[in-house]
Amino acid sequence: MTGSTTVPGGGTPAARGTRKRRGPLGAPAVLLAPFLVLFTACTLIPIGYAVYLSLFSERRSGLGFGGTTTQVFTGLGNYTRALGDAAFRDGFWNTAQYCLLYIPLMLGLSLAVALLLDSALARAKRFFQLALFLPHAVPGIIAALVWTYLYTPGISPVIDALNSAGTQVDVLGHPLPAIVNIAVWEWTGYNMVIFYAALQAIPREVLEAAVVDGAGPLRTAFGVKIPLIRASVVMVGLFTVIGSLQLFTEPVILHDVAPGVVSTWTPNMYAYSAAFERNDYGLAAASSVLLALVAAALSFVVTRFTRDRDEKRTQKRTETAR
Amino acid sequence: MSTLTPVRPDADVAAAGKPRRRPWTMSKTAVNGALVLATLYTLLPLGWLLTASAKNTADLIGGRSLGAGNFHLGQNLHDLATTGDGIYFRWYLNSLLYAGIGALLCALICVCAGYAFHVYGFPGKEKLFGVVLLGVLVPTTALALPMYLLASQLHIVNTYWAVLLPSLVNPFGVYLARVFCAGYVPGETLEAARMDGAGELRTFWSIGLKMVMPGFVTIFLFQFTAIWNNFFLPLVMLSDNRLFPVSLGLYSWNAQTHAFPEYYPLVVTGSLLAILPLVIAFVLLQRHWKAGLTAGSVK
Repeated sequence: MTGSTTVPGGGTPAARGTRKRRGPLGAPAVLLAPFLVLFTACTLIPIGYAVYLSLFSERRSGLGFGGTTTQVFTGLGNYTRALGDAAFRDGFWNTAQYCLLYIPLMLGLSLAVALLLDSALARAKRFFQLALFLPHAVPGIIAALVWTYLYTPGISPVIDALNSAGTQVDVLGHPLPAIVNIAVWEWTGYNMVIFYAALQAIPREVLEAAVVDGAGPLRTAFGVKIPLIRASVVMVGLFTVIGSLQLFTEPVILHDVAPGVVSTWTPNMYAYSAAFERNDYGLAAASSVLLALVAAALSFVVTRFTRDRDEKRTQKRTETAR
Repeated sequence: MSTLTPVRPDADVAAAGKPRRRPWTMSKTAVNGALVLATLYTLLPLGWLLTASAKNTADLIGGRSLGAGNFHLGQNLHDLATTGDGIYFRWYLNSLLYAGIGALLCALICVCAGYAFHVYGFPGKEKLFGVVLLGVLVPTTALALPMYLLASQLHIVNTYWAVLLPSLVNPFGVYLARVFCAGYVPGETLEAARMDGAGELRTFWSIGLKMVMPGFVTIFLFQFTAIWNNFFLPLVMLSDNRLFPVSLGLYSWNAQTHAFPEYYPLVVTGSLLAILPLVIAFVLLQRHWKAGLTAGSVK
């Protein structure tokens, strides 16, 4: 495997205007080698190994104790087992619901805040940016712990205040919005900074032209600003989808206190429990591979879909220019 | 639930953007008011953590508010330092080790690779870069399990290496490093160095690396955060609690709070201490994280 990592720079060290060459491999190979070796060891090989594992399952031979376990090739058996398991399908269903609620809410909120911050009316922009970004400095596990305490009657000042005001709220009984809220809290500020940076990069003449044409702030925001930062929105959307599919930490913390969050609440939790609670590595590998496949398919859809729209857009633009 | 999420500021945007002219100050108030609401949403949970860390078990569970008479931060810190023979600060040192060394090496590896991608041309370069970019899209948690099984065959499960080695890989860091090199390392300077007879690696080490230092710091900062905040990988790899990072240690304590409520103040105070280094880093290094997110946004 290490042989393949030296290929890229190996044959021809085609450095422009190089006077001294460092051995037959050349400088680019030396500089790229550490990353490529680690990338191979920690990404490519594990992917291959997961696929390999997913095709086998362990069978115990012999009677009861002392029996040896043998690896048996089962083809797609682990995949049909995972897909046939209602708990696994429920995990995907939970994740789908989570995505439908979380992604539009978080993207909308971070875009809205970025647009507000970008408007000429906003004050103390540096402070707001920092304050909104700070949740990113909080580990997911601690964010989940803090919010879980804030959801727990008796500990949470918010819940207690609401209860004494006569409104009974049972956050822990509704795990989906409870988890979505934690994720929104963690990621809105981070993505807002990305959007804000993109908004700041819009040439001021374009915005002045919009104002001259009589566009109000809202028209400018939706008609000019958001279309111009589409690339950022798509990129954030892509990373958000991939991140959402890996949902693990927050539901694991809520699992202890919210009865609705079972130990297989997301596909990731399913894979974890298959591996470490049931020691069923074949099943765990198959569900990991399925999760990665869904992530790949969704990334493909997001990029392809937006690229097509971009092409149509530029086509239209060139047509109108004529 | 809806009571906990703030009012979406859209309503205020709409109010601020009505075509009929409202008084200037009104819309200014609306815009900044909405920003204040959003800020309250992000800061109040941290504020709660701050006050809660000064409460003892009874006040915390009883939901009593903090006063001068029941300020127990010192006691909590003392408990934190003594429980389990001071295991918490061992976790803290582990986290510093994983995140500090991991991020330093990772940033260096990323900058080396990004520099190579920027400066040199070689056959199949863009294809290789494409593979690296695809690596960004691989769900890291899907890799953790096969990595655990591989690590157990290499007998490095439950060692520092099991957490440290995977933390050194960050394809997005390579992408960022390439963008930063394109911005900070002008070709003429490298040509001049070559004219002076410096070797390629020497040119990188003494000139390229220095010029791309702001990018290096940015990648270091993000990787430090990522490793410090990582939970899944150590959860899978480690079973010896003396090797735990803070995140995993707090998780193990939190699991005990049901049976032993006296762990609540430990988890709360421990959480507060665990976020301090990152909060300080982000306050001090604002230029760097903004640069990182900007470079990531203009693809």
